Amino acid sequence: MFENRKFPILIFIYTIGAIYLLRLFYLQVVDEEYRTIDALNSVRKEISIPLRGQIYDRYGKLIVANEEVYDMYVIPQKVLPFDTVSFCRLFQIDKPYVDSMLAQARDYSKLRASLFLRQLSKQEYSGVIDAMIQYPGFHFEQSFYRTYPANTMANALGYIGEIPKKQFEEQEEEYYRKGDYIGLAGLEKYYELELRGIRGSRLALMNSKGEDKGSYQEGRYDTAAVIGNNLYTYIDLGVQQLADSLFQGKVGAVVAIEPATGGIIAMGSYPTYDPALLSGREFPKNYAALTRNPDRPLNNRPVSAFYRPGSTFKLVQAAIGLGDGVITTSTSLSGNSKFSMHSAGETANLLMAIMKSSNPYFDNVLRRILHNDPKTGRAIPVDEGMKLWDEQIMRFGFGRQLGIDLPYETKGLIPTPERYDKIYGKKQWKYSTIYSISIGEGEYGVNVLKLANMASVFANRGYWITPHIVRSTGLDVSKGKNTPTEITKTNIDKRHFEEVVRGMEMVVQSGTGRAAQISGVDVCGKTGTSQNAKGKDHAIFIAFAPKHNPKIAIAVVVENGTFGGRASAPIAGLLMEKYLKGSHNREAYKESIMNTRYTTVAGGKSPREVEE
Amino acid sequence: MAREIDIKKGLDWTTVWIYIILLMIGLANIYAAVYNVDNPKPIYSLDHNAGKQIMFMVLAFVLIMIILFIDYKVYDTFAYIFYGVWMLVLVLTIFIAPDIKGSHSWLRFGGFQFQPAELAKTITLLALAKYLSTQGVTMSKFNNLVKACMIIFLPPVIIILQKETGSALAFAAFIIILYREGLPGVYPALFLAFVALFVLGLVFEDQLWIVILGLALLAVLFWYLFLKRYERNRQNMQRVIGLFILFSAFVLAVDFAFNNVFAPHQQNRIRVLVNPDVDPLGAGWNIRNSKLAIGSGGFLGKGYLQGTQTKFDFVPEQSTDFIFCTVGEEWGFLGVFVVIGLYFILITRIYNLAEKQKFKFARIYGYGVASILFFHLLINIGMTIGLIPIIGIPLPFMSYGGSSLLSFTILLFIFLKLDAHRSYKV
Repeated sequence: MFENRKFPILIFIYTIGAIYLLRLFYLQVVDEEYRTIDALNSVRKEISIPLRGQIYDRYGKLIVANEEVYDMYVIPQKVLPFDTVSFCRLFQIDKPYVDSMLAQARDYSKLRASLFLRQLSKQEYSGVIDAMIQYPGFHFEQSFYRTYPANTMANALGYIGEIPKKQFEEQEEEYYRKGDYIGLAGLEKYYELELRGIRGSRLALMNSKGEDKGSYQEGRYDTAAVIGNNLYTYIDLGVQQLADSLFQGKVGAVVAIEPATGGIIAMGSYPTYDPALLSGREFPKNYAALTRNPDRPLNNRPVSAFYRPGSTFKLVQAAIGLGDGVITTSTSLSGNSKFSMHSAGETANLLMAIMKSSNPYFDNVLRRILHNDPKTGRAIPVDEGMKLWDEQIMRFGFGRQLGIDLPYETKGLIPTPERYDKIYGKKQWKYSTIYSISIGEGEYGVNVLKLANMASVFANRGYWITPHIVRSTGLDVSKGKNTPTEITKTNIDKRHFEEVVRGMEMVVQSGTGRAAQISGVDVCGKTGTSQNAKGKDHAIFIAFAPKHNPKIAIAVVVENGTFGGRASAPIAGLLMEKYLKGSHNREAYKESIMNTRYTTVAGGKSPREVEE
Repeated sequence: MAREIDIKKGLDWTTVWIYIILLMIGLANIYAAVYNVDNPKPIYSLDHNAGKQIMFMVLAFVLIMIILFIDYKVYDTFAYIFYGVWMLVLVLTIFIAPDIKGSHSWLRFGGFQFQPAELAKTITLLALAKYLSTQGVTMSKFNNLVKACMIIFLPPVIIILQKETGSALAFAAFIIILYREGLPGVYPALFLAFVALFVLGLVFEDQLWIVILGLALLAVLFWYLFLKRYERNRQNMQRVIGLFILFSAFVLAVDFAFNNVFAPHQQNRIRVLVNPDVDPLGAGWNIRNSKLAIGSGGFLGKGYLQGTQTKFDFVPEQSTDFIFCTVGEEWGFLGVFVVIGLYFILITRIYNLAEKQKFKFARIYGYGVASILFFHLLINIGMTIGLIPIIGIPLPFMSYGGSSLLSFTILLFIFLKLDAHRSYKV
């Protein structure tokens, strides 16, 4: 009876057997989830972050260094229930912090390490390491924070901070983990790939208690960390720090360039901040405070703030006028200008016009330039002339990026026919409508770097080299990788530059820029006043020295300083002297500059910018 | 000595060899599970479970000898007495056994301890076989069915009182015997339907209406597609509606019972099957690590003693209830295929041998042996791969443990002894 019931029974048990084998096949062969190294809780991926590259000045002095610390990470999957009270006491944190960090970590990934607590000093680390056996799922990784032995140049150096969410999500290959540091501004951002080095990783075996049991597969997948490359810069810390002193209580910026190389000797943005504020655990708090400061100390003015070049732009007009053949050094241009003369004889010839910064003279020069076709010498309409003139001033670095090794460099603005067509209508404007651009006012937007680069063009008598802060990157100053640069020529004959330079020399010898004189050195310069609708004008001075074989070109802007010759030229003079001679013997003079105030810093006045 | 020669001839050596092979595979994996990288000890060391298992194997061999030499009629004759005595032992155990993690199921004799619940399956099987083989007893008589069920259900009730729920579940295996002996097919069908509904109720815990809607749809489909026109009468209509109400009530009752009768940790053990994130550090941790160990083995496994999850103690109870994880991690899919294959060959062979028995007692007993082995396999392996809640039940012949090894050995070899004598007259 019922012998046949053996078959439904066998079918039933074989069905179960088949389901189980399929399930096992799925777990062991099809589904990859359990075979990744991440999934194995007996294997822990330990990342070793190498020391970040340091930054040196041109004489090998440290600008940015590292302090070694330890960061604690958590892998939520591997955490076992633990005694929160003693844990909090050990690390001096509170329970809400623990809960929120654990929740965040779980949210990110159950299997991967998330930052839990940042920057324990070596001393704190040795105090807790023995107790860690009670807290599986937590581990330490060596890390560092930035220190600034010279305490200067915060804006150009930039800072590192936790990788922003968007950048974290958009990285192509997964390199940064959540909470990892990355360069966020300045050189730290621009040279991130050099500075960060190459991370090492080790697959460590651990047991369920979290004890290290050696390397996974004899370390076959382990890689060693490679230390980050140092940045060897052209910066002269002496000049840089002197600039910091001279700009005390002032708003403005300074850039000094070595004309022969394009190397940046000093780059200051004022008011600045203590770079140490943005290093370490206090970053979020300090960063928020700095963003709220109305003087915007985080703004790197030399590459981002816009000014009108003012009278310094007359040098460019002079060089182009000479190059185009519309004037010679002896050309006298008087009358027929809406500008009035400041002093007698200023329109007598080019050198006098430069020395006395004549407005009527350069009004006439630009009128000639814009109505002249340099190839044929025939008269052309102003919009066509302006197109040709734009090409020329762009070769001086205006209206384009110079290619400096910093993020967020602005192109700036130059007057263009398209712009005037838009404002006044096509063919609805003529030279007399826009004549103020002849003296560097009107539709310009120029940052201090471009002004310094202009000084460099005159120092080089007609060309400039890509300005750059970093000379080479590497682990050794002599065996590094040099920063690539380019030469840009103005295509104006060298002798015309010699003529303009003679005018610049006269500016300092007996003209508006006498405050920049250095004993025993021929200084060439030009003052400027950048009109400012919202307050006192900004004072500009550009210069280079010595006249023959120049070593330094500089641009100084003091906001609300009114006269370039009074507010900016003395600063430029002292800085150049410091660079050329290694020191200056004018302490009293320095003190008086330091104590001069033109505006109330941190008092509600923000840097002026030309609005587009 | 004539008798001894008979035994050698009559013994089913295929079964014996599979038994030995499973024992050896088990031992090798117990050694891997307890292997300590920092302080490796030889397999025979009595400091760890592998060495103790060897000792239990020696004991098992002695027991086999005794079983093979005792007259085979003893089991039939004394089945009820064994049953009665053992029920007493089970009840006594509740009172004299020490509390081990809340359960009172282990008896201690000096340095040894023994779990009577393990042997209860064999003894119940003997009693059931005797009852069902009694002249005139048939499954078609409701009275007989009730008596058979009482024999089956008494021991698990006592075992549940010992708080050893896992062992009690294995008694579900007896439904296969009842079916084979004539229990109407509708009972196991209903049983399976309820299991399916239970799982569905769990999956759609918050949307039970989906399950009920599904049942209604099934009833309508059945009415129109499976019943012929002339069968769609009033009586059948009542039956279909009755079944629908029965199933729906079951789903609702299970949901209610699940949330109100089970303790939260028991609820979680079941919920993690559907969603491993329910209890990540408790039941979820065990399932996750068990699946991880097996899954990380891949097709060929990591190699003997190379399983990192195994070596570093991530899987709980790895030498006993979770021994299958070691096989999965170190021997891969190939390893588990071989092990499951061996079990299925063994079980099929026992069913086939059982069918060949001339005597009802031996046949029923054989069916019981195969079914009990199968249910252990079903629950134990199902639990390690996350298909069944975590229930503490050993893998026959492979898990570490004297009680289970000796009990399974007795279970199997009584059948082999009966089988060896199948050609003799009583």
